[in-house]
Amino acid sequence: MDQALTRRRFLARSGAGAAGAALVSLMPFAPAEAAPDDLARAIKEVVGSARLNTGKVTLDIAPLVENGNTVPMKVMVESPMTAKDHVKAIHVFNEKNPQPYVLNATLGPRAGRAAIATHIKLRESQKIVAVAEFSDGTFWTAGADVIVTIAACVEDLLQ
Amino acid sequence: MTNALIRLPRSVKKGEVFEVKTLIQHPMETGFRAGTNGTTIPRDIIEEMICTYNGVEIFRMKLSSAIAANPYVSFHTVATESGTLYFRWTGDNGFKVEETARITVA
Repeated sequence: MDQALTRRRFLARSGAGAAGAALVSLMPFAPAEAAPDDLARAIKEVVGSARLNTGKVTLDIAPLVENGNTVPMKVMVESPMTAKDHVKAIHVFNEKNPQPYVLNATLGPRAGRAAIATHIKLRESQKIVAVAEFSDGTFWTAGADVIVTIAACVEDLLQ
Repeated sequence: MTNALIRLPRSVKKGEVFEVKTLIQHPMETGFRAGTNGTTIPRDIIEEMICTYNGVEIFRMKLSSAIAANPYVSFHTVATESGTLYFRWTGDNGFKVEETARITVA
């Protein structure tokens, strides 16, 4: 009897402990995930009612990434970059990080070439979307799917 | 002390498009990670970076939590005349770093 109680108590306690640990480790992320809807909404905020055309934009990012903490990314846009016809801004969005924004860069004719590069963080395998805003009010886009083997911000889950 | 690195070509011809590479030391803490005691580590990121060329703004970028630690940013500009490129990074907790670089236009 005593033994059964101990065992039961032990199981109950360890079960509660495991559940608690799982809760703690999931808590910081679960409510903060940017769903695909957020991605669409974030893009909509930038584009508004304008048409989003595919093309002109090249999003250069590795399709298979080992470390999501630092992922090199390049965005290049075809444009003469003259005072009349240039890229005003480049926006980059992600699908499954806790929030959908990655960056927004403001360019002008002084840029000469609409090409930027940076390193980003990816929490998990997901879609990246780049949107270029042209001076004539049109929007062009390109997307890329990235597979991430070691996600960013995972180290605190392993504690 | 925060370190910022700027890499420019040694000299460029007038009208030539050249790449400006920048790197700055910063943890870019996302604000979504849990610390050792389970509490969320507060966000600490660079929010904006600006570059001017002889006083004229040529590039501005808004950064988010999704930019990797020690942000690397590269962009392009047209060589107009010899002068100074001024960079400024601002962010959470009053973060502000300024840096200048000389460009020689042949």
